[in-house]
Amino acid sequence: MFYREAGQFKTDYASDQALFPIAQDRWFVLAVLFVAVAVVPFFVDDYWANAITLPFLIYALAAIGLNLLTGYCGQVSLGTGGFMAVGAFSTFKLTTAFPELNFIVVILLSGAITAGVGVLFGIPSLRIKGFYLAVATLAAQFFLVWLFNKVDWFLNYSPTGQISMPPREIFGILITGPRAAPEAKYLFCLIFIGIFALLAKNLVRGRVGRSWMAIRDMDIAAELIGIRPLEAKLTAFAVSSFYVGMAGSLYFGVWLGAAEPIEAFGIEQSFLVLFMIIVGGLGSILGSFLGAAFITLMPILMKNFMVDGLQLAVVTAKHIEITMLGVLIIFFLIVEPHGFARLWQIAKEKLRLWPFPH
Amino acid sequence: MNPELLFFLETVIGGLMAGVMYALVALGFVLIFKASGIFNFAQGVMCLFAALALYDFMAPGGWVDRWFGFTFPVWAAIALTIVVMIILAWVIERFVLQYLVQQEPIILFMATIGLAYVLEGVGDILFGSDVKPLDIGLPQGASDWLLDNFNLYVEKLEVVAAVTAAVLVTVLAVFFQRTRIGRALRAVADDHQAALSVGISLRTIWVIVWSVSGIVALVAGIMWGSKSGVQFSLSLIALKALPVLILGGFTSVPGAIVGGLIIGVGEKIAEVYLGPLVGGAIENWFAYMLALAFLLFRPQGLFGERIIERV
Repeated sequence: MFYREAGQFKTDYASDQALFPIAQDRWFVLAVLFVAVAVVPFFVDDYWANAITLPFLIYALAAIGLNLLTGYCGQVSLGTGGFMAVGAFSTFKLTTAFPELNFIVVILLSGAITAGVGVLFGIPSLRIKGFYLAVATLAAQFFLVWLFNKVDWFLNYSPTGQISMPPREIFGILITGPRAAPEAKYLFCLIFIGIFALLAKNLVRGRVGRSWMAIRDMDIAAELIGIRPLEAKLTAFAVSSFYVGMAGSLYFGVWLGAAEPIEAFGIEQSFLVLFMIIVGGLGSILGSFLGAAFITLMPILMKNFMVDGLQLAVVTAKHIEITMLGVLIIFFLIVEPHGFARLWQIAKEKLRLWPFPH
Repeated sequence: MNPELLFFLETVIGGLMAGVMYALVALGFVLIFKASGIFNFAQGVMCLFAALALYDFMAPGGWVDRWFGFTFPVWAAIALTIVVMIILAWVIERFVLQYLVQQEPIILFMATIGLAYVLEGVGDILFGSDVKPLDIGLPQGASDWLLDNFNLYVEKLEVVAAVTAAVLVTVLAVFFQRTRIGRALRAVADDHQAALSVGISLRTIWVIVWSVSGIVALVAGIMWGSKSGVQFSLSLIALKALPVLILGGFTSVPGAIVGGLIIGVGEKIAEVYLGPLVGGAIENWFAYMLALAFLLFRPQGLFGERIIERV
């Protein structure tokens, strides 16, 4: 009834190719953005920022990055944790070596460095495909984490084996460090991720994104119609690693503040981000957000329910939580293998016909 | 014998033995991948699960002991664990795989990761997460005969593992080549649709193949459990088996063995001779790099089926 595009005429190409061609979609997105920018900051305290909003936003960025590679270009990667580590350690080295450098520049540079490393580890993808490639990317995961753990230069010779983020300001507002306000951290991440999600969305509708999708669907056929696999695959690795690197940078710099390579960037991280894009929807930017929301929120809800609601011991709750996570993943894969993004699409189609389905 | 050469020989033998242990885990992966094209990440956790179940059937203080006040002898415990693994295979087929038949490989892969979580959680809840020493009477310690005659230090347990692996591979080869079910398994591996159309039940085959790889997981679990105790880290040997797998090829049983040996020896040699130069603890990634180097020359692994792509 409310979700109809009848009467919305497009009179030029620009409006036909707009990101959200239907007016209701536009309003909806604007409303969500308005709530996120103008309402949520008033409710964000330390707990909300550190347990819910920051993990959600940062994992969403990482998920977009992985989705570009796996969902759009079809190259399965299990090295996300390692690439996040590259971003985090680049941030650490850059901020400590050049204290006057703007934090935004630091994040972008960290992303660029990660992109370089990503291209390096993406080279085997030109020859290896499918699960062979997935396992090969584990080499990146284990090697990078080992490297950061072993070579003291990366840790600035820290005796504890930990890296910690010095406080940094942007436009006079403290963003990193323990004394930064949760609202500031939240808004900074929100703006950052909003801009890059928009860029990603536009990237995948353009020439580059289309060449990735052609490679994903069938690389030989793509080659025959004139897409260079080398170019397409390596750009996918570069852009994906750029995003993942920035996510790692924010993960360490803004959210955690201090990190220890093996624990913070282990293989669990890689799986977690992969879960997000699969539960959310492969090849969908919206899906990356939905998947990140689900995977970050679900454990918190379950823990609250079991520890506070049912008075279970924390250890037992942890085991049940792992089991339930597994069950839910299998359940969602069975019910809707294309993820939340597909459910969202179905809901919209239903809504268009509602309340008269025939 | 020259001590340096002796040391090298010991390193190589140690590597070969470790390689056999990896190969045992990789074998389970290969069986499932061959028959159903599923990359079963839960194989490592299945080893853990099998070892935990076995422990609880036979050890004093285990679950059965606490609830019913008696324990099973070793042979009965092993038989019961095999039954448990068969039931597990049936449950997995009935509640997971059945619904995911025509899905893309990555979806199935994710489902097995979910499965790994479930098994891990259930295993922890049922059996507890403390380290359990598994002792089913396998010989421990160094082999005296080799030590006396050749001055070589070789663990007895690893010799047993090597012999077991050899027996297991032979039995599997006979099973695959000579029996009716084995022939059906190979048919399914070749072509699902063709197999279906000549009247082979895919679902039965899947239950069988998951049971077989459950039994292989039990063997691997016994070996690793006897070596380092039954604990959560047992499930991480799956990560050790993955480079073996890509090196040997996902679809080849001999590949799993040869790959295991290559990785085992390469890893040991690198650990001993290269490790000190770069600060140690390289065993986590060296195997992957080694496998990657091989893959660049043979993208389907050493013994994998040739990849033929058509438009």
